[in-house]
Amino acid sequence: MDPLRRSPSPCLSSQPSSPSTPPCEMLGPVGIEAVLDQLKIKAMKMGFEFNIMVVGQSGLGKSTMVNTLFKSKVWKSNPPGLGVPTPQTLQLHSLTHVIEEKGVKLKLTVTDTPGFGDQINNDNCWDPILGYINEQYEQYLQEEILITRQRHIPDTRVHCCVYFVPPTGHCLRPLDIEFLQRLCRTVNVVPVIARADSLTMEEREAFRRRIQQNLRTHCIDVYPQMCFDEDINDKILNSKLRDRIPFAVVGADQEHLVNGRCVLGRKTKWGIIEVENMAHCEFPLLRDLLIRSHLQDLKDITHNIHYENYRVIRLNESHLLPRGPGWVNLAPASPGQLTTPRTFKVCRGAHDDSDDEF
Amino acid sequence: MSKGLPETRTDAAMSELVPEPRPKPAVPMKPMSINSNLLGYIGIDTIIEQMRKKTMKTGFDFNIMVVGQSGLGKSTLVNTLFKSQVSRKASSWNREEKIPKTVEIKAIGHVIEEGGVKMKLTVIDTPGFGDQINNENCWEPIEKYINEQYEKFLKEEVNIARKKRIPDTRVHCCLYFISPTGHSLRPLDLEFMKHLSKVVNIIPVIAKADTMTLEEKSEFKQRVRKELEVNGIEFYPQKEFDEDLEDKTENDKIRQESMPFAVVGSDKEYQVNGKRVLGRKTPWGIIEVENLNHCEFALLRDFVIRTHLQDLKEVTHNIHYETYRAKRLNDNGGLPPGEGLLGTVLPPVPATPCPTAE
Repeated sequence: MDPLRRSPSPCLSSQPSSPSTPPCEMLGPVGIEAVLDQLKIKAMKMGFEFNIMVVGQSGLGKSTMVNTLFKSKVWKSNPPGLGVPTPQTLQLHSLTHVIEEKGVKLKLTVTDTPGFGDQINNDNCWDPILGYINEQYEQYLQEEILITRQRHIPDTRVHCCVYFVPPTGHCLRPLDIEFLQRLCRTVNVVPVIARADSLTMEEREAFRRRIQQNLRTHCIDVYPQMCFDEDINDKILNSKLRDRIPFAVVGADQEHLVNGRCVLGRKTKWGIIEVENMAHCEFPLLRDLLIRSHLQDLKDITHNIHYENYRVIRLNESHLLPRGPGWVNLAPASPGQLTTPRTFKVCRGAHDDSDDEF
Repeated sequence: MSKGLPETRTDAAMSELVPEPRPKPAVPMKPMSINSNLLGYIGIDTIIEQMRKKTMKTGFDFNIMVVGQSGLGKSTLVNTLFKSQVSRKASSWNREEKIPKTVEIKAIGHVIEEGGVKMKLTVIDTPGFGDQINNENCWEPIEKYINEQYEKFLKEEVNIARKKRIPDTRVHCCLYFISPTGHSLRPLDLEFMKHLSKVVNIIPVIAKADTMTLEEKSEFKQRVRKELEVNGIEFYPQKEFDEDLEDKTENDKIRQESMPFAVVGSDKEYQVNGKRVLGRKTPWGIIEVENLNHCEFALLRDFVIRTHLQDLKEVTHNIHYETYRAKRLNDNGGLPPGEGLLGTVLPPVPATPCPTAE
């Protein structure tokens, strides 16, 4: 018998029943659903953090898209002035804002990557981005392993990376493929077709199918990843989303009057492209995915999958720690203190949640 | 400034998000508020609903311990709290049955479901506590059990390949049953609470309060509160963990007026004025356990389940477990404190090109 499965105390006569225990018969209301309200109150008091990164060549409307998503001037785009050379190295800029809506505070950090893919030679231009993402994991890990920890570890980990694909209408470029292959292993990637107003509906659909084929061929697993669907409901919802990815989006932070109401859009001679109108573009799908339906899931996958993967690699790398699965060297407690057996045990992977469900 | 961290701004920070700031900047920059400029509805309030769905899907754990001399109605009270047979009552005591020589620890797990919310409840009973001729150190097996659960959690947490959700067997709440003597706390009560108030959330309750008149009850409660204060015993909710003025006001009221709750338990139903009520029938009337005029069971139930359940879990995790963890890691092989994971220093991150900060 696995010593870890043993009762930790010799006098523990009954272990808690297994999670599969059928719910017991109740004589009346207990009020346990009040925990949902308690969680809500705590969460609203505390606020939330959400960190989003936008990656793509200059001129694809990244800043505009972020402003459209969060209905505010989150990012002020500064196109380089005439005669100003393109920076030789990729620079990362982060801006943090607090947005409050209906009493819910969101601390939003947007990380922009100006200069990505703008060089003559773009070899390894993804390194600074991957370096930044890993740095945030490292910061979190360093806080988590402190002996005296903060009650709330500031979370600067990138929860989502929106990758802007130029609307060529052909297929993904080698740069896109190389970058996405590396990126999808460390962060949740949501690819979007930028400036989709330059494509007709037929071109959009054909381009989308081609990109989906490229992603499959090169084993690029974009968010929402199939292997992390938790149940049948998730599977159904996410399958629909996967079928629409990459979303063909248009950004706008200017309002125009259409049929007597103000809409966010882009005004042209031939009409107004309404960014929140599904008949015009798929911005609402992107917004709903990132904010209204999957924001918490993006954070959970970042924490439970990407961060855990980084942590495992990092701790295994350490020459001070045992290689392979098992516990980090934790000396047994002094006899007077505890009697839990000290054994190395192979533990299930980060995304194994077989005992999550009741 | 550390490489790879974006620029810092000097706008008003969202202090609630980082309750205990460190000297090292852990967030990319100080946030600025942009609410005044929102152009429309974003939908960030939907994160509350996303959290609610996740909670309902996974369910949650709650582990409650009951401590007190035999015959004080511990099992009955727990059954009353959760409106079901969650604690097995000792079959009526017979002469052949020996009182256990040591304090036993009995844990029974159940799944309770209500309003779509699943709760995995573990009730830990401590038969034999305070029933010996010599009760010296009779709290040790209890303290040991509590620490063993912290140790189990710590072992899982420092595992290199961790589970997505670490099973939580830590004791979130300990109901300590005070005998309704009407005089004062016994030395055993004081010693137990002195030792355990540092490691677990203790909620003192006056058991079998139907044996006292209203005046006796009020007087006894005051005396118990005074004694706890004189002996420096901090019961839950602890003053120093009030998060804000709202919490302080609410918890002060509980600390100064309600504690210790004078309770009566019952799992039998009777008809009173045409409605079924849980109560105890005597020749002089029915004591309705959920009637605040009769006893304070309803206050205890609301406190433990309907208002403070989540907080009990958070104080357990953020305070008691963290205290145990810090002590355990500092004690670990006499390694110097504060050097990161279990007294070891992680090697520097492998050289990867880092983003520049502006």
